[in-house]
Amino acid sequence: MRELFELYAAFFRIGLFTFGGGMAMLPMLTKEVVEDKKWATNEEILDYFAIGQCTPGIIAINTATFIGTKRKGAVGGFVATLGMITPSLIVILIIASVLTRIMEYEIVGHIFAGIRVGVAALVTEALIGILRSGIKDRFGAVFYVMILAACILFDPSPVYAVIVGIVVGIMRIKLIDKKKEDKI
Amino acid sequence: MNTLILLIVEFFKIGLFSVGGGLATLPFLYNLAAKDYGWFDAAQLADMIAVSESTPGPMGVNMATYAGFHAAGIAGGVTATLSLALPGIIIIIIVYKFLEKFSGNKYVEGVFYALHPAVGALITMACIEVYRSSFLGGDTFIRPVHFALFVVVLGGKLLYTKRTGKKIHPIAVIVVCAALGALIGL
Repeated sequence: MRELFELYAAFFRIGLFTFGGGMAMLPMLTKEVVEDKKWATNEEILDYFAIGQCTPGIIAINTATFIGTKRKGAVGGFVATLGMITPSLIVILIIASVLTRIMEYEIVGHIFAGIRVGVAALVTEALIGILRSGIKDRFGAVFYVMILAACILFDPSPVYAVIVGIVVGIMRIKLIDKKKEDKI
Repeated sequence: MNTLILLIVEFFKIGLFSVGGGLATLPFLYNLAAKDYGWFDAAQLADMIAVSESTPGPMGVNMATYAGFHAAGIAGGVTATLSLALPGIIIIIIVYKFLEKFSGNKYVEGVFYALHPAVGALITMACIEVYRSSFLGGDTFIRPVHFALFVVVLGGKLLYTKRTGKKIHPIAVIVVCAALGALIGL
């Protein structure tokens, strides 16, 4: 019970301090889940993002469900996701019903411009950490640069990057197996 | 009542068919705006996007709450958001059980080994997208004041970690940047 509450509270905080698209959750996610609670490693977060990119649903929800399920089974998955969406429900319902004009105040615009700069710095720092744990050798570095270049040049759907990753991963294992056989 | 059932069906569908980040839900929402439910029109949707992007919560979830509220008040907002989340929850729980079964399989591990750098590239792209909404753009390609603040915040945070071995909490960074934004008038 206590861990379920902790799951809910941690993802409530993550939801409350995620500003923007799914990846904006990364700094809070690594702080809460990887550094504080040690519920997952940076590598596992990368796994979840990879699966989240190519399965239905919003990445933020998929990631919350993954970590919740890992800790406390299906119930944990539900509870973590509910924690993640509760701040949205509260904040947006208040804005939509009471503060419909809040975005028109000049000061609010300045505040959000400041927050976006802060989020940019936080996401950069989280990205550095994620790349450090995700790229372990020359293969990883070369593959990272190739996929990044392809993304910048052709702007494909992220699903294709994941599919290429899956194909290359299988081919790499086959190659390693073949080399071993040749040696024998 | 009818509206709530319609909301469940429509947002369950959006949750089931939008693959990827929150932006993936947008085409479906524009499609909803064009339907004759009378929930919201394309112009209202544009306002909802602007609010959803900058307020707390993942953008896709915020959009669902906002759109549901437009259709049927507070009950609509809650219904739409839960319906949007449900397909993802069910599918990920199934995927998790499946992965658990195959953990230690050399092909599964090999696939994730190659996926890490690929997803790293995708997160880098998302990071560039965040730059675009914070300090890139404007008349001069880079907004100088925004960029200066970005360098100071990032540099300060990395330096603090290097000196003390501790990290400044993300919430503290967001609160300070919000205050600075208001003070400087970003």
